[in-house]
Amino acid sequence: MAEEQVNFELVTPERLLVSRGVDMVVVPGEDGDFGVLPRHTPMISNIRPGVLGLYQDGELTESIFVAGGFAEVTAARCTVLAGQAMAVEDLDRGAAEQKLKDTREDLEDGRDDEARREAERQIAVCEEILRITAS
Amino acid sequence: MPNLKDLRVRIASVKSTQKITAAMKMVAAAKLRRAQEQAEAARPYAERMERMLNSLAAASAGREGAPELLAGNGRDQVHLLVVGTADRGLCGGFNSGIVREVRRRIAALRKDGKTVRLLCVGRKGRDQLRREFGDAIIDTIEDVAKPRLRFEAAESIAKRIAQMFEAGEFDVCTIYYARFQSAISQVVTAQQLIPFAPADGAHGGAHGGGWRRGRGVGRGIRRGLARGLRVRAERGGYPGGAAAAQPGGAVVPGAAGEHRQRAWRAHDRHGQRDPQRGRYDRQSDADL
Repeated sequence: MAEEQVNFELVTPERLLVSRGVDMVVVPGEDGDFGVLPRHTPMISNIRPGVLGLYQDGELTESIFVAGGFAEVTAARCTVLAGQAMAVEDLDRGAAEQKLKDTREDLEDGRDDEARREAERQIAVCEEILRITAS
Repeated sequence: MPNLKDLRVRIASVKSTQKITAAMKMVAAAKLRRAQEQAEAARPYAERMERMLNSLAAASAGREGAPELLAGNGRDQVHLLVVGTADRGLCGGFNSGIVREVRRRIAALRKDGKTVRLLCVGRKGRDQLRREFGDAIIDTIEDVAKPRLRFEAAESIAKRIAQMFEAGEFDVCTIYYARFQSAISQVVTAQQLIPFAPADGAHGGAHGGGWRRGRGVGRGIRRGLARGLRVRAERGGYPGGAAAAQPGGAVVPGAAGEHRQRAWRAHDRHGQRDPQRGRYDRQSDADL
């Protein structure tokens, strides 16, 4: 095990989900995935719907789905603020399909830009869930 | 001069009211515990969001092109005060404490010739401010904590505030709420949301300008700020929806209305309306 670790924290509005040291964490940034190792350059990035990977001793130990949010990286820590998060194993394909169908309808009769943007965001989340659970 | 029969009836009445109050206390305690757990679980998110915004604000201070939600629009004429109170009463000085602070602030601002606008979250704040500042109240948002307090409620309030800011309806936004400390003590807190005021002891400049701004982060900041607002709004919203204490037992505002109704019903059953109670109820209307 490496001497230095990244203090990784995953927080949702409901609760603090993960708070521990990991060797590396891979974050689905809006502009592409990025890996965070100890002593990373400070940065802030948006997160797209996708999977957070936590690595220990070179092995992927945990995969967590996040439905978008922010990541704050400093030399010592990586904090992910997500609107929603759950373990990849707990994703519900059926529910996502249903939601996708409903949201598409919402998008059709969305009145203002705000509502349409929100629907598009939801659709992106559902499609990502379907993509992940397809395998 | 009350005769013996009057006294007996009165004793019976007080006893039955006592029973009801005892039952209410138990319900209230359970509700309070649930609300408290929920709030404590939400704190990490708020804390980290605040930390992130603090370092962002420190890094972008004094720079051109900082987002207006963060840096303000440079004016200081129209103030929006968001008043976070409970929907129900019977919780001691919980609501009136908040309203007292707000009144003081309005008076100070008006003395300086500023325009004040009010957005009430929770009925009680509106009820108490309506008479004096009715023309300043833009709107009241009710039942934020029904059936339970959710992040989405805070989110929609924050969205609304952000939209109003973008439409130029105000320049400075401050939220007033009671920060939960314990069941018997909440601290009335004023927190400036727009422009963002870094908390004292913020690790200002800890990262200097060293933030690597990835592409699209400018956009992200804006969205982040909106989120941050939401978080703060939620923190503010929480105690209003949650609980406050009343001498003789914790009463959750949500439960308080039922409480009062039930007390009244019990009271009617005994078919007497004593002046003492009448006064108490009037007082609590004004007080809560």
